This record gives sequence, structure tokens and C-alpha cells, in this order.
Amino acid sequence: MAATHAIASGMGGMRTAGDLVARMQMSRGMRIKEAKKYVAGKLNVSPVELSDPLVMSERREDLKLGLINPPPDSVKGIESKFHIAELLGVEINSLRRFKEKSGI
Amino acid sequence: MKKIRTRMGDSSLVELTEGELKREFEEGTQDAAERGKIPAITQEELDHLFDIYSSPSRIAGVEMGNEVIFTYDSTCGEVQRTLTPIDRTQSLQLFERMLGADTVELGHNDYSFKAVKPVISYERNVLEQALLITTVPVLYGAMPNLGLYYRPEGPVQNPSELMAAGKINEAREAHEEAIEYAVKDMVFVASELYESGVDAIDFDTTGSAGDPDFLATLRAVEILKKKYPEFCIEMGMSGEFVLGMHGELTYNDVRLAGLYPHQQIQLAEKAGVTIFGPVINTNTSKTCAWNVARVVTFLKFCVEQSNIPVHANMGMGVGGLPVTPFVPIDAVSRASQAVVEITRLDGL
Repeated sequence: MAATHAIASGMGGMRTAGDLVARMQMSRGMRIKEAKKYVAGKLNVSPVELSDPLVMSERREDLKLGLINPPPDSVKGIESKFHIAELLGVEINSLRRFKEKSGI
Repeated sequence: MKKIRTRMGDSSLVELTEGELKREFEEGTQDAAERGKIPAITQEELDHLFDIYSSPSRIAGVEMGNEVIFTYDSTCGEVQRTLTPIDRTQSLQLFERMLGADTVELGHNDYSFKAVKPVISYERNVLEQALLITTVPVLYGAMPNLGLYYRPEGPVQNPSELMAAGKINEAREAHEEAIEYAVKDMVFVASELYESGVDAIDFDTTGSAGDPDFLATLRAVEILKKKYPEFCIEMGMSGEFVLGMHGELTYNDVRLAGLYPHQQIQLAEKAGVTIFGPVINTNTSKTCAWNVARVVTFLKFCVEQSNIPVHANMGMGVGGLPVTPFVPIDAVSRASQAVVEITRLDGL
């Protein structure tokens, strides 16, 4: 069922910019239109392009935001959250904890 | 006369004429309008529903650019119940990397705050590990589930037994005592998870034990937002209106029993909820068309009344989807498109 919803009306998570738009709803309480506009502005793409895997995979690779099939030497997991937090200007709770625990 | 193949709320196939299908939408929206005392949807919106549900295609979908984001109730549970022998952390990765999930959600098998409390150390360790290897936001989900605080499972006298014995005041006192226990457990568990770095907590199936369940969750949210102002809190409901198991409970001077989604969301917002998940139940003896018209009527008004993101519950038996373990693709995709394009909500 989750897969059908994703095909019918989903943004696509890390295949596109779904996780980034989700972070703006979660951290700033933005509505979908506002969140898409904010993320699109930060990525220098149009709101429609946020759901385009071709455009977004290139932007994600360039900006080190994480890919679903990451090549060697690319960012993965917590590493990508550093770049996401900086790009979007938000605090990520797990990143805050990681910095505290690792003494960064 | 041309027949349109659609489904009943129990998922069985049914064929309707164009006129019959249109009438289902009209009666569905009228039912929601009368029950919720809210506006019915417009003729243009009824026509859009007809276009979606009269299409012979197997799958429907929103126009490009209209996509929304998804939060889930336990992405781990979805995998575990298929008996696929993989770890919960791997389930999260599966959703993130294979299914393109915008967010993922960790949860315990029991999926109740009371059950998670004694194993919170284990849950924290799994969460901390998962947060290192994932990129998308990780939520932790559990149910307030006030029913677990009543005897024989819990410490509080069972209100149903007291009611049956005619002890109405004692039953109400039992509900109030259970609220205190539940608030403490929810605040404790959510605080521990916040300290482990969780991106959000999901109070899922809120109100399943009626107005005491809803009140306990509102109070827990209020406490958590004072303690951690940045904490993202999602509140997903269990039914379309709050059952009056106590009947006299209030929050901010508003009686909780009988509240519909557009009224629930206003209290959720006051308590500090970040994302609200309304539920509209499916009537199995009516068509999916009738049900979805009802759903979009309730949701559209709820979204209009809201200042916070709305993620509608669109699982089996709610949101215009049939009650069946294996929900057909045609039913899911049509409801998905209809809800997103007509209500303009923020996610599912």
C-alpha cells in the first residue's frame, strides 16, 4: 500500500527531494507549498523539479545530500545530514547529538 | 448503458452507471456535511472525483507538481508482518533506499508507550544506530493506548466493569487515574528518545480509548513542547470523532467527546502538535466513491482550519480505502489522488 501511495502522490524521498521538504515541515511547521518553495530556493530548482529524480539526483550529488545508491567516496548516513542541515539552515537532532558525542 | 467498475468499502467489485456514480459522490459529501456541520464540496470538486473514479485505468495519480510527503505508522511493522526475517534497522533502510520514503518510523512490536517504557534502553540503542546510517528523518511511533492501564492488564479499575455495575462516577475516576499514568509514560519515553536524537515522535492512533486517551495525549504534548520546544510531534488520530468514554473531559474548556477532525486539530495545535493526522473511517456497506467523497469533505475543511501541516491517515479501512488486508491498487491510487488534489493537504 505504501508503494502504491508513493507512485500515486509521493515526492519520492531521497530519489528526489522528499526528505528535504519533510525536514522543513518537521522543523519549521511549514505547509507543503511553503516548504517546497523554501527547498526549491535553496537548491536553485523549480518546485516541480523537486519531484524529478534526474534533476534531483544531480543536485543531491553536487551538494552532498545523499543518494539512494551512493558511489564510493560519496557521503552516506550521518555525513549527509551535515550538508542538509547547512543547506536548509535547520538543526537536526541526531546531528546535534553526534557532534556532542564525537567532540566536534 | 456504459458501466463503471468500482468497489465497495469491503473491497468487492461493483458496477455502476455514470448517474449512479455521481449520486454516490453527492450523497457522500452530504453525509459528511450533515455529521460535521461543515460545507459540502463544490460541483467542480464533485466533477473531479467523477473524472478520477470513472477512469478505466488500473492506477491513478496526481498531476506532476502536486506530490506530497509521507510519514508512516511503523515502517518496521509493515515489513515484520510479512515474516521477512530482517532487523528493524534494515526495515528502515529498505523504506529509505528501496521504496523512496520521505521519512521512516521506528516502532516496537507492541507499539504502545506503556510497553516501550520497560525496554526503552534497547529502543534507544536501536534508534541511535539507525540515525547514524540513515539520511531521511527518523520518527519513533507508539500508541497512547489507554486501554493497557485498566485491569487486568494495568493498575486502574476497569471502567467498563464499573459502568456495567452502574458506578458511573467511579468509572470516570478510573479514566482520570489512567490519564495520569499514561501522561507520565508518554513524556518519559518521548524524552528518552529525544535525548537519543530522534527527529520526531508520533503519537499514533490517538483517541483509540476515547476522550481520556485524547486528553492524555494533549497533556503529554504540552509538557514535551515546554521541555523541548524544537521537538517535532505528530499526532495521528484513531477515528473520525472522539468517543465519549468519560463524556465530561475538556481541554481548554472544550468538551472532547464527539469532536470531528476540524475541531480536533484546533486543540492539537494549541497543545503544540507539529503535524496532525486526521482519520475518516470507511463504511464497508457503501461504495469507495461514497466514502472518498465523505473523506475529502471532512479533510478539506480540516486543512482550511489548520495552521499546521496535515497528514491524513490513508491506510486500510480509513481515508476512503476498503477494509481488507490486501487493498487493491485501483482503490489506493484513486483515493490518494482525490485526497491530495481536492483537499490540498500537506502529506499522507
